[in-house]
Amino acid sequence: MRRVVPFVAVLVVGFILLFTVVNYLPPFGSFPQRKLGAFENQSVGQRILENAPRETGSANVVTSVVWDYRGYDTMGECTILFTAVCGVLMLFLATRGEE
Amino acid sequence: MAGMTTIVRTISRLLFPFMLLFGVYVLIHGHLTPGGGFQGGVIIAASFVMIWLAYGLEQSPIGFKLFRTEVLEAIGGLVIVAVGVVGIVAGVGVLGHVLPLGTLGNLFSGGNLPLLNICVGIEVAASLILVFYAMLRKIAWDEK
Repeated sequence: MRRVVPFVAVLVVGFILLFTVVNYLPPFGSFPQRKLGAFENQSVGQRILENAPRETGSANVVTSVVWDYRGYDTMGECTILFTAVCGVLMLFLATRGEE
Repeated sequence: MAGMTTIVRTISRLLFPFMLLFGVYVLIHGHLTPGGGFQGGVIIAASFVMIWLAYGLEQSPIGFKLFRTEVLEAIGGLVIVAVGVVGIVAGVGVLGHVLPLGTLGNLFSGGNLPLLNICVGIEVAASLILVFYAMLRKIAWDEK
């Protein structure tokens, strides 16, 4: 009994998730279009996909989004990484050994 | 950090240069193929961590200088911020394209993107190497 209940629960939840994914997600390769007043049928993703190679000169659209359209955000991420590593080094190497 | 058996040591020693090469490939082709600075840096760091886990920190065959790695990390972050400031000075906005865009698909194309990818790759690789080195060093100190 203690094994059957979690098994059934996992099966039910998995079935619900699978049902949702199969029925309600947009098909592979497409993304939901924005339905907001004046922005009808103007998807940001579609615009970026069409214009990114021409505007940024990068064949990889992900890189052009990360470093060009959202470059400021990524620059902040780099400083966050730097700060985090400074903290880790301070924590772990604060008490130096004999060396 | 005692290290592992001879089999693991040999395989990781033979695999190390290829992993490093693949990391550098992912890094400098970041604007052409899937991947980029973050991913390539993580692969480079993983190759170092693999050697350290296989050999142990004391007997590892790779030369590692803590200070140089810290300087490399700082230089990577500094160049990224400097490129952003250069964009402001040149009048194209933060991180705007100062270098020419070039032909789509060439290795030297995409304006600032290859430079930024390489810099962030160096920074991420140095950061993760430093984090893992610090943790392994702390474990080695605690074992003494």
